[in-house]
Amino acid sequence: MEEKEKYKILVIDDVKYQTRLTKKFEKRKSYIPVDLNKLISFISGTVSKLSVSKGSKINKGEELLILEAMKMKNRILSPKTGKIKSINVEIGQRIAKNDVILEFEK
Amino acid sequence: MSLKQKTLDLLKRREEALKGGGEQAIEKQIAMGKMTARDRILALLDKDSFHEYDLFVEHDTKDFDMDKKKFSGDGSIIGTGTVYGAPICIFAQDFTVAGGSLGFMHARKIVKIMDHALKMRVPLIGINDSGGARIQEGVNSLAGYGEIFWRNTLVSGVIPQISVILGPCAGGAVYSPALTDFVFVVDKISKMFITGPEVIKTVLGEEISMEDLGGARVHCEITGNAHFFSESEQECFDKIKKLISFIPWNNTQKARAFPPKPPKKEYKIDSIVPNDSKLPYDVRDVIRAIADDSDFFEVQELWAANAVIGFGRINGDTIGFVANQPIVMAGVLDVDSSDKIARFVRYCDAFNIPIITLVDIPGYLPGIDQEHAGVIRHGAKILYAFSEATVPQVTVILRKAYGGGYIAMNSIHLRADFVFAWPGAEIAVMGPEGAANIIFRKEIMEAEDPEKMRKLKVKEYKDKFANPYVAAAKGYIDSVIEPSETRKMIIHCIEVAKNKSANRPARKHGIPPF
Repeated sequence: MEEKEKYKILVIDDVKYQTRLTKKFEKRKSYIPVDLNKLISFISGTVSKLSVSKGSKINKGEELLILEAMKMKNRILSPKTGKIKSINVEIGQRIAKNDVILEFEK
Repeated sequence: MSLKQKTLDLLKRREEALKGGGEQAIEKQIAMGKMTARDRILALLDKDSFHEYDLFVEHDTKDFDMDKKKFSGDGSIIGTGTVYGAPICIFAQDFTVAGGSLGFMHARKIVKIMDHALKMRVPLIGINDSGGARIQEGVNSLAGYGEIFWRNTLVSGVIPQISVILGPCAGGAVYSPALTDFVFVVDKISKMFITGPEVIKTVLGEEISMEDLGGARVHCEITGNAHFFSESEQECFDKIKKLISFIPWNNTQKARAFPPKPPKKEYKIDSIVPNDSKLPYDVRDVIRAIADDSDFFEVQELWAANAVIGFGRINGDTIGFVANQPIVMAGVLDVDSSDKIARFVRYCDAFNIPIITLVDIPGYLPGIDQEHAGVIRHGAKILYAFSEATVPQVTVILRKAYGGGYIAMNSIHLRADFVFAWPGAEIAVMGPEGAANIIFRKEIMEAEDPEKMRKLKVKEYKDKFANPYVAAAKGYIDSVIEPSETRKMIIHCIEVAKNKSANRPARKHGIPPF
């Protein structure tokens, strides 16, 4: 007889099923709650201008930086009124999608 | 010139045209491990059945010194032939001629054979091997693609469309295969993507190889864009032939019937499914225990393997099988498996192929990623596809059928024609453990020994509801049958449903949750 396969456990509605898990399921990323104090890059690109610096006070809707991506100069506007706690990027820096560009003070 | 001389002239012209891109280009193609376009057609079609048209077509582009360049047949080959005697319209892009680039005349040839296929109501096979749009022809080349896409959609569900990716297929070009019914790919040869690695690198700064971005494995395992994975071109052609043997020539016909054969003896239907619903098994063995000669031709084997779809025959007739696969992810429905099942059901329905659904489902896969990926919309596709289908449909509940999964897996409520359950079937709103924990929460919490009480209540629920008879009492199950009766019942039901007539209200088309 063939060797007995060792199955993993998948719980659905409190029932523990023995089964194989797919690669996609095993590699799934755990959810990170949205932190409104962090400005996250929605696309990868290059920072071509920084309009604020650490400690700047900024109003909602004012320009934070320009991110060049897909041949477009994307003006990134502040989503909130507040004070810049830290800036994690420099002019000319290439950033990836989901990088934290800057953080606001809480 | 005498007719003899003229004939000699024809033969010379033909010979010239058949050289394609010339010896050097052909050598290069072969060095890449690829067959030439004409050899591919010959390998796929019945011997001596291929007849080529438009061999002498030329482009008439003048810009960029193109008037000085001659492309044999403008880089595409079209014709008709047969596969196991079935008439076929076929086109192949010739990579040795200008990289198989798609110019206006190249596309017009493809369009011509597509129109033929529709007019003659025969299957269309397209072999794609092209560097993409012929840049020198500008918008004319885009027009060519547009005409192909439009026809792909026009003939969809009327004639079978099969795409074979045997080389690069990038940018807009991939949308033609995506619009067709089945996509065949070959390891290390097929490449499909909208934007290639170079563009991704310049624009986004991310590095990836062609193979990892859009190779055969990626599309068979991750994206689900391709349906059949092969190690070699020859294996790929054999699979295409096998598929052709299962499907009808068009939507007004039935697939060819074969002499009936009993399933092989090694598949013992009584001993495949474990009694304990928490234990896995390979549902394909159940299909093999039912199908003629235990021959099951699986579609999208590597993608969303928690659902199984594919073709087989019962009593000589082609059947589309849909099943939950308990050995992978406990057979749950999720975003990908919903898409997989829904599209296959629509395919079978379009081409008069009866559908047998084998149910063993714990429910939908819980998870934030699933919810955020739109499992509501994707899951709804299965409901839509089964509800809409009018071909004969038989559902067999092998074991669990819980909650929304019970409804979705072609229950009687979605108008399966016949629904059977095996004696071990558990048709309930959820598994006994979950249900008992909710219904008897208070009793369990207040008990002196909650764990003992929980076990008691789970058993109580199990005894009362984890069986097929509650549903059978309501007529939601037509019959509770012994596993060994399954094939016999299916044969009978398909026979009874041969003249099935199911009318739907007139409409232009529904709005499925695409």
